[in-house]
Amino acid sequence: MNGTSPLLIVVAAIFTSNILLASFLGMCSFLACSRQIGTALGLGTAVIFVMTCTTAINYGIYHGVLVEGAPLLSTDLTFLTFIVFIAVIAAFVQFVEMFVERFSPGLYHALGIFLPLITVNCAILGASLFMVIRSYSFFQSVGFGFGGGAGWALAITLMAGLRKKMGYSNVPKPFRGVAIIMIITGVMAMAFMGFAGMVSIQ
Amino acid sequence: MADTIFSSVLTFGGLLVGLAVVLIVAERLLINYGICRIDINSQEKVLEVEGGQTLLSALYENKVFIPSACGGRGSCGHCKITVLDGGGPVLPTEAPYLTRKEIRAGVRLACQVKVRENIDARVPEDLLNVKLFNATVQSTRSVTHDIKEIRFSLVEPAEISHRPGQYVQIQAPSPEGPVFRAYSISSPTYEDNVVELNVRLVPGGIGSTHLHELNEGDEVIFTGPYGEFRLDENPETEIICVGGGCGMAPMKNIIYSIYNQWPDRTCWLFFGCRGTRDVFYLKEYEELAKKHPNFHVIYALSDPVEKGEVWNGETGFIHLAVDKHLEANVARQAFLCGPPPMIEAVTRVLEEKGLAPEDIFYDKF
Repeated sequence: MNGTSPLLIVVAAIFTSNILLASFLGMCSFLACSRQIGTALGLGTAVIFVMTCTTAINYGIYHGVLVEGAPLLSTDLTFLTFIVFIAVIAAFVQFVEMFVERFSPGLYHALGIFLPLITVNCAILGASLFMVIRSYSFFQSVGFGFGGGAGWALAITLMAGLRKKMGYSNVPKPFRGVAIIMIITGVMAMAFMGFAGMVSIQ
Repeated sequence: MADTIFSSVLTFGGLLVGLAVVLIVAERLLINYGICRIDINSQEKVLEVEGGQTLLSALYENKVFIPSACGGRGSCGHCKITVLDGGGPVLPTEAPYLTRKEIRAGVRLACQVKVRENIDARVPEDLLNVKLFNATVQSTRSVTHDIKEIRFSLVEPAEISHRPGQYVQIQAPSPEGPVFRAYSISSPTYEDNVVELNVRLVPGGIGSTHLHELNEGDEVIFTGPYGEFRLDENPETEIICVGGGCGMAPMKNIIYSIYNQWPDRTCWLFFGCRGTRDVFYLKEYEELAKKHPNFHVIYALSDPVEKGEVWNGETGFIHLAVDKHLEANVARQAFLCGPPPMIEAVTRVLEEKGLAPEDIFYDKF
């Protein structure tokens, strides 16, 4: 456990080690849903929310049950980490979907159909795993979850804007479609490397 | 070791049971909309259904069969109905299938609309007459190397009333539950206790593989009849049927139904195939043409005739044959069935011959 402030982690997760642009996690929904800014924002918000909450829940389960010498069960069960995290994420997303559907139909219509997409978004699992690898404290984990989600949302919104603008440009034929999107993602990743010196988390 | 196995099974099992319980409780408490009313066509039919399901399945349960090919996954866009009130906003999953005009008119995909409150819907009158049929296979026979003629005899209900050119949706099993596939009825309308189909085997296709594997006596379920084909009842109007590939079923139905009712009516059948091995029903039509001199049959082959084969019909694409044989400006109605490029080419030719777009009906596939 290191002493980095959770706030610093939030900033770093958004800019310097953006989960999408630095680790290339969550590419599938990034490519599929970046056609319109509204859709991108909706999906981005859902990712922020789910990522923040699942890192918190997974932190509790990992340190409360799985790790060796945990308060609830002393046996070392860390080999179950992946499957437990996935199960928690899937169940949590289902729960959130029902909750939002019931209490906020407006939000449900804006977000609802994206929620099932998030279950299979590798960035969410990635955030939980980074939290374990980097042995963050609880607040650092939540900060990383929030920052990671916000960074992902920022990247997909930027991409949606670029794609909208690109509608007016004449892309060479072999590059049309996903090809040019991959190239732009690469250029964006390099641009974000400019932030690298600002703060560094490991 | 045994300790680790025991505690991991306990932990993971306990976690899954815990999550499942939370979800089930949440579902009970949160997704409970009670009984909702669906009002179809201003009080013509009022249904009371359990809330929370999709409009498509709620209607299906109450024997209102909206056509749907994908089984409610929102990937075919067939289940369009008009929802005037209570459907919520148009979802991004349905937007790609709707035009702007349709969205303004309240058209929705029934499989995407969830029943959360009372719904006021408009369903075309035709669809309210659609029934679910149980039938058994009466006979199957291969008419070409890849097309089978399959006849079903109806069990419950025992009779079907349809317009020539309409289609049914056959239920076929798939790994993700039953799906429906549309096939035109090829048996004439006066044979009201059978439904006959012409099915081309599509390698890997769910519906056609299932149908080709059926044997005599097997049971099938289908809904119908659907379709917008409307035959002109005035016997002076010439009927033009143009089919391609396996687009024969509606033509056969139309032709036999016409000659049962109006023996002297003028009708042209144009049918396009690749080679001689794709030709079917030609003998039957030639027999019919002997009895009814106003019936003209023209088959055309698009591939060159191979050596050693005899072919007396036309060659080249079918729209060229249509162009060659028809005179312009005669009162006509046309029914087309075949691949999209054929439909487009034939439509262009027919419009040049003076047909109004509303007199040209087509089935693209």
